[in-house]
Amino acid sequence: MSNKISKLPFKGTANQERELHEVIARMRNQQGALMPILQAAQGIYGYLPIEVQRIIAEDLDVPLEEVYGVATFYSQFTLNPKGENKISVCLGTACYVKGSGEIFARLQEKLGIGNGECTADGKFSLEACRCIGACGLAPVMTINDEVYGRLVPDDVDEILAKYQ
Amino acid sequence: MYRSHVLVCGGTGCTSSGSARIISAFEKELESAGLAEEVKVIRTGCFGLCALGPIVVVYPEGAFYSMVKPEDVPEIVEEHLLKGRIVKRLLYSETVAENSIKSLGETQFYKKQLRVALRNCGVINPEDINEYIAYDGYMALGKVLTEMTPEDVIKCITDSGLRGRGGGGFPTGRKWAFAAAQPKGVKYVCCNADEGDPGAFMDRSVLEGDPHVVLEAMAIAGYAIGAQQGYIYVRAEYPIAVKRLEIAIRQARELGLLGQNIFGTDFSFDVDIRLGAGAFVCGEETALMTSIEGHRGEPRPRPPFPAVKGLFGKPTVLNNVETYANIPRIILKGADWFASMGTEKSKGTKVFALGGKIHNTGLVEVPMGTTLREIVEEIGGGIPGGKKFKAAQTGGPSGGCIPAEHLDVPIDYDNLIAIGSMMGSGGLIVMDEDTCMVDIAKFFLEFTVDESCGKCTPCRVGTKRLYEMLDKITKGKGTLEDLDRMEALCYYIKENALCGLGQTAPNPVLSTLRYFREEYLAHIVDKRCPAGVCKALLTIQILPDKCKGCTLCARNCPTGAITGELKKPHVIDPDKCVKCGVCMEKCRFGAIVKK
Repeated sequence: MSNKISKLPFKGTANQERELHEVIARMRNQQGALMPILQAAQGIYGYLPIEVQRIIAEDLDVPLEEVYGVATFYSQFTLNPKGENKISVCLGTACYVKGSGEIFARLQEKLGIGNGECTADGKFSLEACRCIGACGLAPVMTINDEVYGRLVPDDVDEILAKYQ
Repeated sequence: MYRSHVLVCGGTGCTSSGSARIISAFEKELESAGLAEEVKVIRTGCFGLCALGPIVVVYPEGAFYSMVKPEDVPEIVEEHLLKGRIVKRLLYSETVAENSIKSLGETQFYKKQLRVALRNCGVINPEDINEYIAYDGYMALGKVLTEMTPEDVIKCITDSGLRGRGGGGFPTGRKWAFAAAQPKGVKYVCCNADEGDPGAFMDRSVLEGDPHVVLEAMAIAGYAIGAQQGYIYVRAEYPIAVKRLEIAIRQARELGLLGQNIFGTDFSFDVDIRLGAGAFVCGEETALMTSIEGHRGEPRPRPPFPAVKGLFGKPTVLNNVETYANIPRIILKGADWFASMGTEKSKGTKVFALGGKIHNTGLVEVPMGTTLREIVEEIGGGIPGGKKFKAAQTGGPSGGCIPAEHLDVPIDYDNLIAIGSMMGSGGLIVMDEDTCMVDIAKFFLEFTVDESCGKCTPCRVGTKRLYEMLDKITKGKGTLEDLDRMEALCYYIKENALCGLGQTAPNPVLSTLRYFREEYLAHIVDKRCPAGVCKALLTIQILPDKCKGCTLCARNCPTGAITGELKKPHVIDPDKCVKCGVCMEKCRFGAIVKK
């Protein structure tokens, strides 16, 4: 999973920062608080830029590298902002044997981006995921919260058009 | 009192195929037909037959409607619920008999199943604790707290022969006994709901369809070992399961079934949820606990075992969701009842997630000892498109591929290991002749390379080297020496990796080498992929006798590799062809083949 530090400028607001401080204050005393706090922070900002990690490290009084270590370990934490429409193609076993690899290749070709990347206009981001558990509908992809199942590569154009 | 109940599946499979829209359509139609007071719509958990979703079952008749669309709902309301005439065209075809409908128990899919862990899934409303209680819910906890000592509980679970359903197969009773034997003090009960094995979704279905069974079982475990706090570590990819667990915990607390002095005894127990964040290794028990503690989810060496020094350094019992789902039943019906099912060393039932190239994809629960053939051919309904069975993959990235020659082996923990695979959490992916076994081994190794946490070298570097060798073979550049090197490396990783992930990572390679060596040889010696999957080894050709010269392929070819005159056979220029296969999809005459 590509998880490089974002080159985009950080655009966090004072409101977001206030909310984050509140969340940390509320959760800091529970055992193993760092993960739930990172999850909440990603909920507030949509991703975890280094600026947000720094706030968490300072509030919790732990080294920044510890926060960074956890944030980069788990694939659900992202250090890059996601696109307006988040496309996720299942490459779990059940979908893979039913041809999800070809769906993924078609999307990369159509959008001109690779795994974990976002289109230049910020409209779409693309990632491969591991099994959302809708194996009965394989092969499956999701765009935001909508699930598309029983796909063939030719379905891709029509589905993308809905989000243009 | 309602005269009819409409049960709509609200599991992830059916929700993905639009069951939420069906529920709102029913509510709207019933309202306008004036039936809202007479017919109740209930969102249940998974029925198991995900391939035919969305599923709607209407009681008291037990009419099983499959692949229902929102536009079908007015007809069901008008015909069935208002006039009492079952809508035959929407019924699951196997339940349609001459003048009546057959019960589900008579269908191929359900006939050989035995539901213990999935007992309540698709039966009750998982968001209403009273429905769980009506089906004997929390009765086992009551019995344990008022009639049994912790020793009695552990003896009952030990005698039942229950083994861990997460994959390891360790006897659950023994695990509890170790933790109970530790000095009194703070102890924990954890539930592993980090179902990371791609293609397995039984734990999710239990959490979505029957969340209270897990809470009840964890409380029973807490009583048995002397713990007061439980944690459920659940994948963040399962939003419906998380929501239902939250509701279940809240309702159980309100009724005093979690919290202080449960059932008026001096036993107190509570449960909290911790969300995973997408790391396969966190399904390993020590990594899971490290993750709950808020760190990178890296495994720790064992011993000390979690029963001695687990979460936050305290004695901890960790079981999988499906294991817990069996516990209340065992307490109520007794160890002998449970031990009467299954084989000599594997008791009870096992849930499998059937997927891949099979008709009835979905969730099935069968007694241990059922053969693979019964699951694939009878319950699963065989392979679509008249294709030939090639292998069944069990155990996910830690397991192996079982070839046709072993279809009649009774499935239990020990038999699967003997034939080079493992039970794992119960994913069962069927593969047909179009699946390349070298490509599948590469697929799993790509997964483990990605998911290796990096703590120990054998796994971090070893899996990467294995992947590279497999990649070389699929590109037609492998040598026979590579095969020997690969095998030696597999055994080295198995013996030296720190945790279960690394120790089992070579299994997909070893099992395909064992049963499908000739496919490896075809890639290496003949530079050919027999299944027609590995692109570097393929050429796409047009059969001149079948080509009508319609030009459809040439117009769709992205690289302009196809040329030819109208109404005359076309040809593909192999130097320009990128083997994307678009021409094959477009051809209406089956004139284009991969070789």
